[in-house]
Amino acid sequence: MSLKAVGRQLITILLTALIGGLLGATLVRFAPGFGIQESDLDAQLSSQARQALHQQDASERNVLSYYVHYLAQLAHGDFGYSRSLNRPVLELLRDRAPDTLYSLAVGVGGGWLLGLALALPATWKRSPLYSTTASLITGIFLCIPSAVLALLFLVVGSPGRLAIALIVFPKVFRFARNLLIKTYAMPHVLTAKARGLSGVRILSWHVLPNIAAPMLALAGVTVSLALGAAIPVEVVCDYPGLGQLAWRSALARDVPVLVNLTLIIALVTVTANSFSDLLTPKATRDVL
Amino acid sequence: MTATRWAALALLVVVFLSALAANMIAPAPYAKQFRQDLNRPPGQQYPLGTDELGRDRLSRLLYGMRISLLLAPAAALLSTLLAALIGGAGAYLGGVWERGTKVLIDLFLSLPWLFLLLTVRALLPLDIPAVTSVIVTFALLGALGWAASARIVAASVHDLRNSEFVLQARASGCPPLRLLLRHVLPNVKPILIAQFWISVPLFILTEANLGMLGLGVTEPLPSWGNLLRELENYAALTHSPWLWAPLISLVLVMSLFQFILSGEEYTN
Repeated sequence: MSLKAVGRQLITILLTALIGGLLGATLVRFAPGFGIQESDLDAQLSSQARQALHQQDASERNVLSYYVHYLAQLAHGDFGYSRSLNRPVLELLRDRAPDTLYSLAVGVGGGWLLGLALALPATWKRSPLYSTTASLITGIFLCIPSAVLALLFLVVGSPGRLAIALIVFPKVFRFARNLLIKTYAMPHVLTAKARGLSGVRILSWHVLPNIAAPMLALAGVTVSLALGAAIPVEVVCDYPGLGQLAWRSALARDVPVLVNLTLIIALVTVTANSFSDLLTPKATRDVL
Repeated sequence: MTATRWAALALLVVVFLSALAANMIAPAPYAKQFRQDLNRPPGQQYPLGTDELGRDRLSRLLYGMRISLLLAPAAALLSTLLAALIGGAGAYLGGVWERGTKVLIDLFLSLPWLFLLLTVRALLPLDIPAVTSVIVTFALLGALGWAASARIVAASVHDLRNSEFVLQARASGCPPLRLLLRHVLPNVKPILIAQFWISVPLFILTEANLGMLGLGVTEPLPSWGNLLRELENYAALTHSPWLWAPLISLVLVMSLFQFILSGEEYTN
């Protein structure tokens, strides 16, 4: 991994996040109904207050100037103000980020644990019954929408965020199983087996170092997958996280919140993917 | 294909045909209200009971399946065409075009698909007629779901462009259009077909997710998404097991797709 490659990745991350934010701002600006405010119907507001709100709205009409102004404010730590929730965006993000981070940790961690826990015995045993059962279980979770999965967890009285783990685990299981089967069939592993090395030693010395890089490449993909699944899960389960905030602000057409969220989500996923890309051989990335 | 895979395909075709013939086999029109029979349990007249507005659940399920099973392939076709056009053209032209395409694909892939879809769908008017909502929902699925396929198409066109037989054809003076039509496209076709079939179940599932969140197909038109919303009334689920019918049918159809495509996936 050269310094040049790291620099290139950093520029890519920054550019993608910036273009993502601009995309978010553009979408909101050209959406039908932009500029129409509920406050116009509020009899409690004075005409001056309404005029001030309209002036604020007018400043958001030119997407490019709004975005440049937003970025300049962002450089000074000002994330803008949410009109629909009547609070500074930074405060909203700060309040809600821990919940989403917790959901992501549960989802990604649980998905990996479950996926690896099922994939390792599938490789060791090589029993058709076990393999079919494991494939069937993963297949079922690929067939259920994440919102329904979260709802099912609520029905049985369990935390809905566990649904994210069940969305992530089939991807981990399938990738890890195929990789482990290939690695266990490699000549040096067969030689180690023939020489009578223990299963634990073969796994830790000869298999894990081989699969570490490709598995790391999957890490970026699973973060993005979990982030996507977190949105319906948070909405259905009423978790006060960033997914629910995105949902509410999209419905209320709250430009500052949406632009910040697009920027943050793009930044998180591109960083996760770039980090795995840097540590993974190109041949492995192409099969993901 | 193995015999079991053929059997799965046959079953999927049966489901597809019965959804297609919904207007012939459904006991009642999907929007017809039997006001004297609200929330009826399953019986001879209503095989899956009626909903809170007195509409026959089985009829709504059949019509809902028809919408999802007909329009998801249409959306998949749109996304595959966009993937071929954007990913394929970028990789074939090379240089700045290829780099530009890569940035565009990365940008679309950097935002979780559901987030992008929710944002764009929420920004469109929500109080649109039901038929328009169907078109908008599936058109958005097709228009925004091309990036993952485009990445695969671009990688394969890039490899083809640098392959020996294409280099040889180019060296012997084959014009670019002929090179594209005779040497590149026939080799990308299997990938495009695979991407199309992989997209169909993905779009059915995404519509279901959107519908659950109230941003999919709107009432009174049924779709798997809005039929699944009945599961939100989980106090009723224990004593009304027939409410699970939309979920069971969705899992069945998705499993059939999974089973058929698992062979396709490994082949590609």
